[in-house]
Amino acid sequence: MIDKALRGSKKYWLWLGFLATLFAVGAGFYVDQLWHGLGITGMSRDVSWGFYLANFTFFVGVAASGVMLVLPYYLHNQKEFGKITILGEFLAVVACGMCITFVTVDLGRPDRLANLFLHPSPNSILFFDIIVLSGYLLINIVVGWAVLDAEYKGEKPRRWTKPLILLSIPWAASIHTVTAFIYAGLAGRPFWLTAIMAPRFLATAFAAGPALLIIICLILRKYTDFDPGKVAIKKLSTIVTYATIVGFFFLLCEFFTAFYSGAPEHTATLKYLLFAEGGTGLQPYMWAVLFMTVAAIALLVYPKTRYRYDTLAFACFLVFFSIWIDKGLLLVIPGFIPNPLHEFTQYWPTAKELVITFGVWGLGFLVLSLLYKIAISVKLEVGDREIEH
Amino acid sequence: MELTRREFLKMAGFASAGVVVAASAGSLLAGCSPVAKSADGSLKGKQLAMLIVPSRCEEGCDECIRACHLNHNVPNLANKKHEIKWIWQTEFQHAFPEYMENELLKERMEGVPFLVLCNHCANPPCVRACPTKATFKREDGAVMMDYHRCIGCRFCVAACPYGARSFNFEDPRNGLDKSKINPNFPTRTKGVVEKCNFCTELNLYGGDLPYCVQACIKKKGSQEASALVFGDLADEHSVIHTALEHLQKEEKLIPLRRKEIAGTQPKVYYLV
Repeated sequence: MIDKALRGSKKYWLWLGFLATLFAVGAGFYVDQLWHGLGITGMSRDVSWGFYLANFTFFVGVAASGVMLVLPYYLHNQKEFGKITILGEFLAVVACGMCITFVTVDLGRPDRLANLFLHPSPNSILFFDIIVLSGYLLINIVVGWAVLDAEYKGEKPRRWTKPLILLSIPWAASIHTVTAFIYAGLAGRPFWLTAIMAPRFLATAFAAGPALLIIICLILRKYTDFDPGKVAIKKLSTIVTYATIVGFFFLLCEFFTAFYSGAPEHTATLKYLLFAEGGTGLQPYMWAVLFMTVAAIALLVYPKTRYRYDTLAFACFLVFFSIWIDKGLLLVIPGFIPNPLHEFTQYWPTAKELVITFGVWGLGFLVLSLLYKIAISVKLEVGDREIEH
Repeated sequence: MELTRREFLKMAGFASAGVVVAASAGSLLAGCSPVAKSADGSLKGKQLAMLIVPSRCEEGCDECIRACHLNHNVPNLANKKHEIKWIWQTEFQHAFPEYMENELLKERMEGVPFLVLCNHCANPPCVRACPTKATFKREDGAVMMDYHRCIGCRFCVAACPYGARSFNFEDPRNGLDKSKINPNFPTRTKGVVEKCNFCTELNLYGGDLPYCVQACIKKKGSQEASALVFGDLADEHSVIHTALEHLQKEEKLIPLRRKEIAGTQPKVYYLV
């Protein structure tokens, strides 16, 4: 099947070339980071996690959202998802890979990465996170590949895939829950110290992931012969709508608890984000996210704009982009602002940091494109065969 | 491998401690060793701790900070964002932001310098967070860093409620005066986390005091006048225990600890 990835149009190769260049430039700057240390980023003593970990957190959500296709297809027999379940599984694989890459890029001493396994520390949430992420990656690549291979050969999927598929459903929830626990278990960081963190992570993940899948489906529909099916896109858009609303509701719950209680520890960071108390650094992004989310919800709730592909694509872009900003810039970074001594240190990623980050994106989307090329070629070929019979 | 090495170092440390105990016994007042042998004869403190009396700090004095940073090869980096700090001075509302809203207290503490450092918590969240056990708690309560195991993930930095940890964003040797490097303490590499270690490289069980405490005693002339007191809090005959009693009962000072609400059981007490 792998050969399918090696045959494609000029556009396909140009796209791959673009992604490879992105990756290569990022890798080049990563060498610079290895040489000079993490000081080339915008991170500091006070804001000690930045854009890398923000993207890591976001892509854990994208990975987890694969379950939004797997669950309805396998547990509720929603046949419409049959054609695109593989897209969700491969997206999960790539997102997991990107997460692990982001964590590694963020390490001060990546040469000692093996210490995670040489000195396993079950008390550390990070240790568990690496385990669940690697596990989820493995499950999805094995299941996705096996099911696709069976389809290609015109056979039924092997029996052992079924229990693995069932396992992947709770496992998907676990990766994002464990990632939320990295933040939500720290008594010294009141902005993150909220029991709603994991549910909020899951809600926004189930909005952003399927939103990305809709965009991918619409692109595939336009530029390839592959049709994901109207019903599948419609059902996905319903999922995005509900998840976006639930995610927004959770955010409002955070606002309520902080501002109604008035507890200084809990309001400090929100006041910084909303009213720029302590610096204007992230305020515009906070408001942009609020506006984008409200606009996206409006477009998604109103049936006419949800059914139209151009407005749906725009709404999905708003959802994906606003959640990326929200989980990235507005969740990980402000956890450090103000610092434990109530001092405000601003953070902004440096150009090098951005290039390295998008290098990881390049790598991820490169692998994703190859996997999708294989999957779609197989689907098209099988479809042709069925018509012949 | 790691364990046996550590065991070996421990034994070597205790062996040399024994020698110095004997040698320095004469210079110490009876019963005043900062960290004494425990009842069963082992050279283990149960809970190393520190008292800080901010009102005894003299304006503009930074002897303790300089002594610590010099002896631990803490670099002086031009970029503020990459700063490495083991012990430093701040104001009351930064050391105790939870009392920020208390105008009366804030006024009382105006201008009083507050030294802050690792609190060597009895329930350290950094140790819980570390995915490689590079940060760990010794049996005597000191929270330690293994610079050779740390992978630089900075989870401990996020977990610490006191901002006590520094990460080496660049090569710390760039910020060191080569002629003043203390050869008896390692310099660090870029990419690892570091913090106050309660001077566990010194012979604490043989009468040595942490550099900051030594510097303060030297400046103020005596332990009684020093703004910093160190010792084994679990030992009723220790200097720190006696001092704590005295400061509370005679001088009517109140022992505060930073961010009690975080449940970390910090072991640095501020007597105000």
